Amino acid sequence: MANTKDSQGPLWEVFVQKKSGQPFVHCGNLHAFDKEMALQNARDLYTRRNEGTALWVVPSDAIVSSSPEDIGPFFEPANDKVFRHPTFYKIPDAIKHM
Amino acid sequence: MDIKQLETNFDAKLSKNENIEPKDWMPDNYRKHLIRQISQHAHSEIVGMLPEGNWITRAPSLRAKMILLAKVQDEGGHGLYLYTASESLNISRDDLLEQLHTGKAKYSSIFNYPTLTWADIGAIGWLVDGAAIMNQVMLQRTSYGPYARAMVRICKEESFHQRQGYEIMCKLSVGTKEQKEMAQDALNRFWWPTLMMFGPPDAESSNSENAIKWKIKRESNDQLRQRFVNQTVPQAELIGLTIPDKNLKWNEAKNGYDFGEPDWTEFNNVIHGNGPCNKERLGARIKAHEQGRWVREAAMAFAEKKKERVAA
Amino acid sequence: MTTKEALFKYLLRLGDTSMILAQRNAEWCGHGPFLEEDLALTNISLDLLGQANSILQYAGQVEGKGRTEDDLAFHRTEREYYNHLIAEQANGDYAKTILRQFFCDAFDFYFYSELVKSKDEMLAAISAKSIKEITYHLRHSSSWVERLGNGTDESHSRMEKAMDELWRFTGEMFEMNEVDSVLIKEGIAIDLNAVRPKWENKVKEVLEKATLKIPANTFMQRGSRDAKHTEHLGFILSEMQSLPRSLPDAKW
Repeated sequence: MANTKDSQGPLWEVFVQKKSGQPFVHCGNLHAFDKEMALQNARDLYTRRNEGTALWVVPSDAIVSSSPEDIGPFFEPANDKVFRHPTFYKIPDAIKHM
Repeated sequence: MDIKQLETNFDAKLSKNENIEPKDWMPDNYRKHLIRQISQHAHSEIVGMLPEGNWITRAPSLRAKMILLAKVQDEGGHGLYLYTASESLNISRDDLLEQLHTGKAKYSSIFNYPTLTWADIGAIGWLVDGAAIMNQVMLQRTSYGPYARAMVRICKEESFHQRQGYEIMCKLSVGTKEQKEMAQDALNRFWWPTLMMFGPPDAESSNSENAIKWKIKRESNDQLRQRFVNQTVPQAELIGLTIPDKNLKWNEAKNGYDFGEPDWTEFNNVIHGNGPCNKERLGARIKAHEQGRWVREAAMAFAEKKKERVAA
Repeated sequence: MTTKEALFKYLLRLGDTSMILAQRNAEWCGHGPFLEEDLALTNISLDLLGQANSILQYAGQVEGKGRTEDDLAFHRTEREYYNHLIAEQANGDYAKTILRQFFCDAFDFYFYSELVKSKDEMLAAISAKSIKEITYHLRHSSSWVERLGNGTDESHSRMEKAMDELWRFTGEMFEMNEVDSVLIKEGIAIDLNAVRPKWENKVKEVLEKATLKIPANTFMQRGSRDAKHTEHLGFILSEMQSLPRSLPDAKW
């Protein structure tokens, strides 16, 4: 039962923020046995070359993800909502910024 | 969806050069091929730490020591990225390590050669990393998403590895008589094993065909090998080193070098466990794993105790 | 002893300790208990090497005989090395490596936190850079001392054994001699008597969390201030220096 009692510890997802104000971006995974170790390992593994100034680590099994079958029902309905985008609207040329 | 439809969708994705992601349906053989290739690649990074690591404590200057330490550490990091890419195919790192330790999984045969002198550290960076980079640049466009993403990261980090190796060779080649001899000797010993890294000739490579069809590999063993020779020969000439191949000759017609055939019998011997250092390399990995077991168990036990304390 | 002579020796003490501890930790590279920790320990080793590099480079300048950091690292004998004895102790198992690191990190943390105030600008600058690295090292090693002390029966007893082997080398870190008194007068060096209670408090706090006890035998080994070492250092140096010494005319 190697999968349930992996001696390398559970898997974590790592997110790095490059600079304050910017979004946290997923950059990879690692193994760690506890939260502090996950954070330290993320630092040692994913920020060796000034890649970031802040880190999130999340246990991989806490991630809920959509499935490939969801592409249609989840994302395609947004395709025809063009009125959500500013370019949909006609504004007199005299108005430079809006 | 029936299996035919799934296969059609899968093929359509590949033909549009779209990536396959972990949750996508994929043929069983594609999954198996990937696990084999990615984990073999990961094992190579980890085992590859050993021959170079051998010289960390003996690097001849503080600068050289820092560079080598950082480089060997990078390789550990790359192994780690690749293990997690394999894990996205539903196999645990524990299982992958077991495959390595029991000899079921392979790693690059080059790391079964010994590093005898400091020049070998130069030769490994220059030749072995140079050869690896050719492969890795191609793999950034591999069809499996997590593998491609790991390779993008790895290529970015690897860019200094080949340069540091070549820099060592440059320094040796303008150094004392002993240093020059050391450099040529390292090239002599590492040249042929490096050419073998690209794998057997296309005509004899059993895995190559599927890998190309599935866009896991995008160029053949022979194509990559040729490109490596074309690139490396002028670099050797520039620093006054001689490639140990009597058949090496520029061929104007193909705009590349003709070169001799590596000793594939030696290659097969090394692959099947009879290289000069196979036993030592695997032995060192198994020892580290076994001696680390109590540490991992302690960390696990501590994490569980902490959880209990929070719950209480 | 002139200020210059004292400063040179003081710098060797600091640079050599970082150098030898880095060398010991680097022996783990590729052999760690699991991949993530292998990388973490290598990072620590790299930081220490960087510190050794800047300190020895400065030592060469202070000495004024044209010796570089490499001359100092690779062409001095064991009777000319001034690193703390604890730094040269063998890696042993991971418990011993972590505990050795923890004792050194805790010392370095309080030591360099004070040394940033040195009137020697270069020393203050080196300390300011190092302290950030050391803060992280201390966080790493203390969390591991806590983990291993509390983990399993086996890890606990390994930590006890490591404690028994290493505790006797912690006392001499606070020892002062003429070098210190000359430099303290100038405001260059710091009073180690002031560092000691801070170090002791930190060690007590972490050991308590880790359910570990200080050994009953509190006799302290000494010698590094006079470049008198344990037998380990000779082997470390013969390995480390073999190549530059075998080809003395070569440049690397």
